Amino acid sequence: MRRSKKTSKKIWTMAATVIILAGVFVILIPLFWMLTTSLKTYAEAENMAWLPRAPQWANYFTALKAMNFWRALGNTILITFLAMTGHVFSCALVAYGFSRLRFPFRDPLFVILLATMMIPGQVTMIPIFIEFKALGWVDTFYPLIVPAFLGGSAFFIFLLRQFFMTIPTELDDAARIDGCSHFGIFFKIIVPLSKPALLTVALFSFMYNWNDFMGPLIYLNSPEKKTLALALQDFNSLYAVQPHLMMAASLVIMLPCLAIFFFAQRYFIKGMVITGVKG
Amino acid sequence: MKLGARRGETLSGYLTISPWLLGFLAFIIGPILASLLLSFMKWDIITPPAFMGMGNYKKLIEDPLLYQSLKVTFIYTIIAVPLNLGFGLLVAILMNQGVKGINIFRTIFYMPAILSGVAVAILWQKIFNPHFGVLNPILKGLRILPVLELIRSPVTWLYSEFWALPAFIVMNLWAVGGAMIIYLAALQGIPTHLYESADIDGASVWTKFRHITLPMLSPVILFNLIMGIIGSFQVFTTSYVMTGGGPNNATLFYVLNLYRQAFQYHRMGYGCALAWVLFIIIIGFSLIILKTSSGWVYYAGARRGR
Repeated sequence: MRRSKKTSKKIWTMAATVIILAGVFVILIPLFWMLTTSLKTYAEAENMAWLPRAPQWANYFTALKAMNFWRALGNTILITFLAMTGHVFSCALVAYGFSRLRFPFRDPLFVILLATMMIPGQVTMIPIFIEFKALGWVDTFYPLIVPAFLGGSAFFIFLLRQFFMTIPTELDDAARIDGCSHFGIFFKIIVPLSKPALLTVALFSFMYNWNDFMGPLIYLNSPEKKTLALALQDFNSLYAVQPHLMMAASLVIMLPCLAIFFFAQRYFIKGMVITGVKG
Repeated sequence: MKLGARRGETLSGYLTISPWLLGFLAFIIGPILASLLLSFMKWDIITPPAFMGMGNYKKLIEDPLLYQSLKVTFIYTIIAVPLNLGFGLLVAILMNQGVKGINIFRTIFYMPAILSGVAVAILWQKIFNPHFGVLNPILKGLRILPVLELIRSPVTWLYSEFWALPAFIVMNLWAVGGAMIIYLAALQGIPTHLYESADIDGASVWTKFRHITLPMLSPVILFNLIMGIIGSFQVFTTSYVMTGGGPNNATLFYVLNLYRQAFQYHRMGYGCALAWVLFIIIIGFSLIILKTSSGWVYYAGARRGR
């Protein structure tokens, strides 16, 4: 009886493994095809050859040159890192206030903050565009950076607040007795103890800004100000029937995200789980 | 002294949250009110705005593009969200069966969920291409393509009015790992003693799934459901890049239509009216789901059916 249960459990595990392996295969096909296509000649890509006879590394140089890659890369890095800095600093400070300090209307304000997560960005998009236009900020990077410094994302604030709540308040009390101010406690206790959570926010912010398309599409017009997402879209509308070049350019732009994901996936998983399971 | 400390804390408190308060006024509550006001006006940005009462909303009711975009978005949501939720749950449960190498498999499944934007849209645009894309040869090899051709031929995906929207649903399934990762964490949080006592009672696999796993997962299913619906109502980049809403508006998602009305045709007032309709639809859906959820979502430690 016991043995039959054990073997049936074993068969069950085996079956699950086989199905998951099949799933892994399906998930990887698009990326594998992207890589091989990016190394094919035009004729090989057209005729759907399985593998390139000789890898055409020159495709990468051709594609990046044709899409003005380097200028767009500089713009994207500038926007992404400034917005990331803004997200981490402002969201951490706000989350500190909501999790550690007592002040009138704190809890109702936090409920409002949570409620703003339900508001689709499209509702505020047009008036925000008009605001930035009145400031003369259209076709500058400011609309893509400044909001990040002003609380930026309710999701990040929520995530950091959840994390700060797990830090024992005795540490604050001890520091206060030593004469530490509220901001001193934030910088000397909360920030050093929250590095993993801050890194999680930084990584989510990086991914968002690196891949953002609608923001740059609305605000940036001049060719020299375009981000990678815009440059890639322009490139695709001119070279749509050159799959080998398109795949080379797309792969290069995806690469930082793939690399960050592989090295820091536990932070992404933690961030998702904090908001999804415990939230 | 004590009063002073309290006052100091209030001041510090408001100082710390001031970035968000400013952002809230400038980028949320201000724009929401402005958006409502603008939805009753006609404005092309260049000439001064003119009040036109319910004009935008009257136009909206007669706009075939609105109905087309609603139809596309609803069909997509109704099919893609449950498929994603179901497959995500299936994969998570399979992974939780003591499969070896779970960390590697989890990484691979989760990877597409963190990839987004133009590069992914272009990748799938090429995959679906009937001349050089990789999908149709694979489907042909698996003998699936002839079956699809029976339904509607030719199967040219993004070039076909019939197959373009299904292509978006297939693409969405690639990112099933996003839902999976949350299910998996929740599955690992279910106390094993629940299953052990069920085993003692001789419960079948199905009974355990139906009466332990599903109820324990229900809060997470609710979360994934609401996030999935909100996400699918906001599809933009993929439709802009892959099809531009075509062919013949077959993939004209709601936000793509909104973007065009506001930023290509410069109908700011009309765009705001469209945005408000979207807002009301999303709020409505969320409220209906939350209201009905008390019947099927089980919170450990809380009584059922409140």
